[in-house]
Amino acid sequence: MTLEFLVASAIGVLVAGGIYLTLRARLFAVVLGLTLFSYAVNLFLFASGRLVVGAPPIWSYDVDSYTDPLPQALVLTAIVITFGMTAFVVILALRSFLETGSDHVDGHDVPTDDQAGGGE
Amino acid sequence: MSLAPYLITQLVLAPVVLPALAAPLAVLLLIRHRTTGLVISFASCLALLGVAIALLVLSADGTVRTYEVGDWPAPFGIVLVLDRLSAIMLTLTAGLALVALIHAVVTKVDRDGWHFHPLFQFQLMGLNGAFLTGDLFNLFVFFEVLLIASYGLMLHGQGRARLKAGVQYVVVNLMGSSIFLLALGLLYALTGTLNMADMGVRIAAIGAQDQWLLRIAALLLFVVFAIKAAIVPLHLWLPRTYAVATPAVAALFAIMTKIGVYSIIRVTPLVFGDGAGSAAWAPAPYLLPAAMVTAVLGFIGVFAARSLSEQAAYAIIGSTGTLMIAVAGWQADTVGAALYYLVHSTLAGAALFLVADIVARRRAGFVDHATPGPVFAHRQIVALLFMIAAIGVTGLPPLSGFIGKLLILDAVADLSSWGWSWTVILLTTLVGVVGFARAGSSIFWKEAPKDEGKRALEVPARADMIAPALILTLLVALSVAAGPATAYADAAAAQLLDRAATARAVLGGG
Repeated sequence: MTLEFLVASAIGVLVAGGIYLTLRARLFAVVLGLTLFSYAVNLFLFASGRLVVGAPPIWSYDVDSYTDPLPQALVLTAIVITFGMTAFVVILALRSFLETGSDHVDGHDVPTDDQAGGGE
Repeated sequence: MSLAPYLITQLVLAPVVLPALAAPLAVLLLIRHRTTGLVISFASCLALLGVAIALLVLSADGTVRTYEVGDWPAPFGIVLVLDRLSAIMLTLTAGLALVALIHAVVTKVDRDGWHFHPLFQFQLMGLNGAFLTGDLFNLFVFFEVLLIASYGLMLHGQGRARLKAGVQYVVVNLMGSSIFLLALGLLYALTGTLNMADMGVRIAAIGAQDQWLLRIAALLLFVVFAIKAAIVPLHLWLPRTYAVATPAVAALFAIMTKIGVYSIIRVTPLVFGDGAGSAAWAPAPYLLPAAMVTAVLGFIGVFAARSLSEQAAYAIIGSTGTLMIAVAGWQADTVGAALYYLVHSTLAGAALFLVADIVARRRAGFVDHATPGPVFAHRQIVALLFMIAAIGVTGLPPLSGFIGKLLILDAVADLSSWGWSWTVILLTTLVGVVGFARAGSSIFWKEAPKDEGKRALEVPARADMIAPALILTLLVALSVAAGPATAYADAAAAQLLDRAATARAVLGGG
């Protein structure tokens, strides 16, 4: 019960933080938000095979309880893809900042609200 | 002759393998030997077209062919499924890709960066794979393949506007992919399978306590497909992205929204059909209103757009709306009409992007803005191409758009919502016609007073009209062959809605 609560609340917090940051207007925050959200999704996928502790994923004569190996394979695929995507979006955000001179999602030239005269 | 069936089985895999081989070859060769790289790119596209047509002819007999990757039996391994719908989509992709590639090479945009041809091939691999796969997680993977390639293609040529639109496009699609994974996780947890046909069988056994979870999963999946198809309110990413993309790329992207439509048409009857409990036809109640608003907003966008490429982008949204109005009926005849219109609207939308490009290439500073400019080269013939493309997109006779819309109107006439559907389709057609007439008359008929002597624009060769002419010829062909084409589309729709037959073919016997 406690394990389920721990995982579920961790996923919930990550999703909440991820969505909040993704909705920000600054590219850096958006990238962080996407990363948090994808962490949450990976945890969620992992949990979709049910949470089993100390059980092997491969069939054997000695044990009668298993953990589902398929979600682990799915998560691996998802991690590889989201890792590549995150790297790409970081580069893209940087290029966009250098080219348009603004890190605003819409490319508007608005000064940063929390640090006056942001950038160089 | 035991070799023939074996080869036919292998042929199902060819649309994925061919571009996967061509892409790295193009990377290796393009840098040193440009022509060799081009030959590979064209050879791959031609081979894909050949294979797709062969598969189209093969599938006409109504058998569902499967290819078990690595020979793992169906519910456990990944399976590729070829039926009439897949064959239609593969042929459409291959034809469109060839035209887009010709336009890219003729207008020399493929030289703006190093990786146009490899990315183009990877894009085709992703598209073909998504149209063939019978496995939901594999569908996600192919979505990612085609998206990653599309990010590269969309940013091809670079520049401020593209980077700005590109960031939004990438962020929206990354969110979409994450939601796709959430839906997949839920469905796997509930059914214990990822094979679509198998999931459709097992979904009936889900207990009453999990029905709410199932419904959430179904609707999340539908949201992802709606993002891809650019159905309102998830359409906002499309206009800017498509309008600023390289025109040849935008033409290819005409099929990218159709992949969302395809996924909805494929997954809903197969997985969430009758007997799926709370998720039975889950997207259906939302689909029709969303489709109507999409059609209305799309064609209003056509009316309000300031340039031809923007108009083309909104026309893509509008035609997706019209298409989904038909799909939302979920009858064999409405889906059949939708499939015919799907092929038509993809070609017509792509044609409009290409025509917008040949206008822009001749008008120097005025590009394709719908404002009067000085007289430009080849004005009559470009105007003629524009008129044919606009007739195609809006669905006026004699082209296939008219036949498609007529079929849709006829098919939805039996539904209780027919009044709304007819009003929306007919009104949006009118708005679209006025929008295109307005843009066309300011570009081709009006003349701006003499410009400031910057007449030094070199006149592009007429060769850049090959690709638009080619795609408009395809539209004409689709209109002339409307009889066989609609028969095929109807058969595809019937096959698609027959879930039991697909499950038998995929899972074998069961």
